[in-house]
Parts: sequence; structure tokens; C-alpha cells
Amino acid sequence: MLKLGVPSKGRLQADTFGWFAERGVVLERMSDGREYAGAVKGIDGVELVLLSAGEIPRELAAGRIHLGVTGLDLVAEYLSPADGVTEVARMGFGQADLIVAVPKIWIDVETMDDLDAAAAAFRAVHGQRLRVATKYHRLVREFFRDKGVADYQLVDSQGATEGTVKNRTAEAVADITSTGTTLEANHLKVLADGLILPSQATLFVSDRAKWPDGTDQTFRSLMKQI
Amino acid sequence: MSRAGAGLAALEAETERCMAAFAAAGAERVAPAVLQPAETLLDLYGEDIRARAFVVKDGLREAMLRPDFTVPVVERHMAGGAEPARYCYAGPVWRRQAAGSARATEFQQTGFELFDGRDRAAADAEVFALISALMEGLPVSVSTGDTGLLRAVVAGLETSTARKAALMRHIWRPARFSRLVARYSAPGSEKAELIAAAKAGRAEAVMAEAGKAVGLRSKAEILARVARLVEDADVPPLAAEDVALMDAVLGLKGSVVEAHRVLEGLAADAAALRPAVERFARRIEALATRGADVEALAFEGAFGRTTLEYYDGFVFGFFDPASPETPSIASGGRYDALTEALGRGRGIPAVGGIIRPEAVLALRGVPC
Repeated sequence: MLKLGVPSKGRLQADTFGWFAERGVVLERMSDGREYAGAVKGIDGVELVLLSAGEIPRELAAGRIHLGVTGLDLVAEYLSPADGVTEVARMGFGQADLIVAVPKIWIDVETMDDLDAAAAAFRAVHGQRLRVATKYHRLVREFFRDKGVADYQLVDSQGATEGTVKNRTAEAVADITSTGTTLEANHLKVLADGLILPSQATLFVSDRAKWPDGTDQTFRSLMKQI
Repeated sequence: MSRAGAGLAALEAETERCMAAFAAAGAERVAPAVLQPAETLLDLYGEDIRARAFVVKDGLREAMLRPDFTVPVVERHMAGGAEPARYCYAGPVWRRQAAGSARATEFQQTGFELFDGRDRAAADAEVFALISALMEGLPVSVSTGDTGLLRAVVAGLETSTARKAALMRHIWRPARFSRLVARYSAPGSEKAELIAAAKAGRAEAVMAEAGKAVGLRSKAEILARVARLVEDADVPPLAAEDVALMDAVLGLKGSVVEAHRVLEGLAADAAALRPAVERFARRIEALATRGADVEALAFEGAFGRTTLEYYDGFVFGFFDPASPETPSIASGGRYDALTEALGRGRGIPAVGGIIRPEAVLALRGVPC
């Protein structure tokens, strides 16, 4: 069987089901919506695997699923090209941008260069590096390096990241935003050149998965359909 | 992987060969811990060190597998070592490598560090000669540099202290440095509206309109930076000659003697460069006294600017000319700036060098 990993719940799952249905592949959950199991109609030989979106990159890299739907941001953060996970299709939903945001009151900071200058001054005043809260450690670190920002430190934040500035556990944040409402509500603004990665739901294929008899064929017919 | 038999014996013999030479030069052997406090390295190198060193977590505490010996050796010396002092060490270091890279994440280093501020040229030459002697007979190419030259040009720029400090801070980040130079070379400023408002005494009003005060960075800090932006807007652009001088220094290529000749010419019109060029001349003399062929010793103006953070004077590297992309076989340099950062302003003149015994054996075709 060709294993297709999709998010186990929420909007992302509903949109994924919708996207496949438009292409004649019907994904269904078992009648009791709590059981993490499902069925695939409209194509033979495909098995549905319901997983947390955050675990799908790892499962693809390990080759335990052949195909998987997850955010571009998660694959970019957790995997590297050496992990053999390749993009098949951007699905046009779940759009969100990974951005760098600072308090709106920072009228002197509009760009990453400004943030760097502010970080240098902050360190001189407070004796500690300027804190940036995020859960995307690798992407943020690489972005800051490319932009030449120094004197900052990353602090881990797995949720409610926009609140860290008010709570004084960070001075700036790097987080996913789709509408910007949460940033706005927390008195934050996005830096002009602070877009780290535009993300959306994406279908990936694992180069590491084994393709026993028939799965190859199933993959090709699925590709044709979608 | 693990080593045994002839390979292990060869590695131990090579390490011992280096350590014996270091000991003969008067070095005391030190053995720094494998686990180093993460905070020290993060404060020195910033978050980028996480991409280069392995982090070990114990609850909320973090340590790093030592990515080199220099930092712990400097710390040990600064905690009470008498001067002059010479130290040597040998053992594995650990470095994270880019995804898909074939470079080793664990490799041996054996090195020598010299703390002696009496005669920097002589100290530079001593370390270079010591490492150079251990490279004898190997098919290596050598290159040298001097990051002190660019620092001297920056220090002597006719511009504001703030601009010099910003350039100095990014001297080890060539791309960012070039962007700063480009910005400081152009007239005008980027935040014309904010600067106009601030000049009209409206900075606080603009801030009040912008949003609610949140976070640790205070209004006073924001206004202080606005004031710096206002000052910066009136700073004249960098002179074209000064930018050309930086390019000329970074573009130097040739033997150290040839480079010195060019530098003399440059320093004739740039007083700020003169002390650095004099130091350069004294070093050439000291190198020659130690037996280096200075007519042939290669010099590159940009050498040591990207990979050797905190080196701020003489730098050198020995490479396999057959594969210039692989890491150096041996390298070293002066790192007074690192001791200053670790000593919170109290610096100790220091220069050191390391050899990678596994790379030496690979060059000799000895499996290990």
C-alpha cells in the first residue's frame, strides 16, 4: 500500500480532504471521528495515515510514509535536502508567513539592519543579547545570519509567541502569521525585510520510503489524478 | 567509528610528535573539559555557534561539546596564569557540519597558545615557525593574512565614532560589512520622515502614536537610537579614497614582502594605516629571523576574515593544494580581541596555532 500522511485534525485536514476530493480522490475518516483511521476512495492501493502535522516531516524523512501533507515551514525547519523529502505540489491553502516582528512603538526599527543596530545598543544597556522568541530555531538563525544580525539570542516559544514581548521573556518574535491580527493585538509590527519564509500546505514525497510491488504504479496514477 | 591497531598507533605518534615540539618550546600541557558552558560560547560567537557546535541539554542547562581548545585555555590563563605563558593540548573537538556535508563532526586537534605581550611580532613569528616546522616535508601550501590592517583603516576613517563602531562590529561578516560601507558611502539617510519629526521635537509624539509600550526595551532606549539616527543623518558620506583604501587592503595578494611594499605606498597617503604597516614590517623581520622565506610566503588581504572569527591580527593557514576546498591542515593567528571579550575589556595579547593530526596523516597517505 502507498501510505499517505495527512494532518489528523482541524482546518488543515478539512482543506486537505477538499483538495484531494476536487481531484477525484476521496479521503474519509472512520464514522467515529475520534478514531485516527480513514479510508481512500477513487483510487486503489492508497492507505490514509492520520498524523500530527508536526510529525509528518519526520515520518517522511524516515520513509515510514510515502506521501505527506504538511506546512512548508515545518519541512524547512526540521529537514534538510539530505533528508530526501521532495515537494510534489503546493496546495494553495494554509498560507502563512514566517516573519520577524518587533513592538510597534520601536519607531526606530523598520528593517533587519535596524534590528541589528538596536540589538547592539540593547546589549550595551542591558548586558544581555536581545531575545527573539520562536519555535523555528534553524530558519530564524539562518535568516539572521544571512542578514548579518548579531547580538541576539533565540528563546524557545512553542505557543503564544506574540505574548512573550509583553511578558518580557523576549524583545522580538519570529513566528507564523496569516492575517496579522494576533500581531496587531499584541502591539507588534512586521519588519519591512522580515519575511523569512512564505509557507502553505504542501504535498511531499519521501525518497527514502521503500516502494514494494505496485506502490510505484499507484504513485504514478495518483500523480496523474492530482 | 572507532580506531585500533596501526591506525590508532599512527594517530598517537603524530599527536605525540606535535606535542613533543610544543613541550620543547616550553609549553605546559593542559586538558580542558569536553563539556564547555554554552553561555560563554554563545556570548562570544552569538547564536551562529549553535550551527557549528553540538549542544548538550541537561534540563534547562546547556553545555557544548568543545568546538575548540582556545576558549577554555584562554579562560584558564586569565584566571591567574603568569606571563609569559605557553600552553599545549591535544584531543578531539566536535563541530556540526552543514547537512549533507562529508566533513568530520569529530576530529583531533593539537595546538599551542602563547600569551606574551612584550613583543607581538616575535610571538607571531614563534607560533608560525613552530607550526611551520611541523608541516615540513608535507605537500602543503601556506597563506597568511592580517586582519589588523582593515581594522586600522576603519579606525582611521573620517567619519563618526558610531559608524566606525558599527563597521568594527561587523568586520568578521564581509557581506554585512560591504552593505554598511555602501550605506555610509551614499549621502542622505533612510528614515527621512522620522528624522524630520525628531528634529521638529516630535519624536515622543510619533512614538506615542505608533503603539503601546511593551517589552523590556524602554522608551528612553528607543529615543536614544532616534537621536543617533538624527546625528547619523548629518554625517558626510565616506570619502571615495577611504573606500578605495579598504578595497586595496582587502585585495592585496602576493608575498608578504610584496604586500609590504604596496602597504608602504598606501600608508604614505593614509596616516592611520602607518602603525599597522610598521607592525607588519616588524613581523616580516621576526619571521625572517625565525627562518621563514618571506620572499615566498604568501599573503592575502582578505585571508582569515570569514572563518576565523576573533582573529584580529596575523593569521595563517596550511592547506592541501590538491584540494583547496577542504579545511586547513593547520591554522592559527593572533586573537587579542577574543581575550578582551572573555575578559570583559581586560585583554591579554595572545597568539596560537593548531594542527589536525588526522589531516596530516591523510596527506602522508597513512590510514588512521
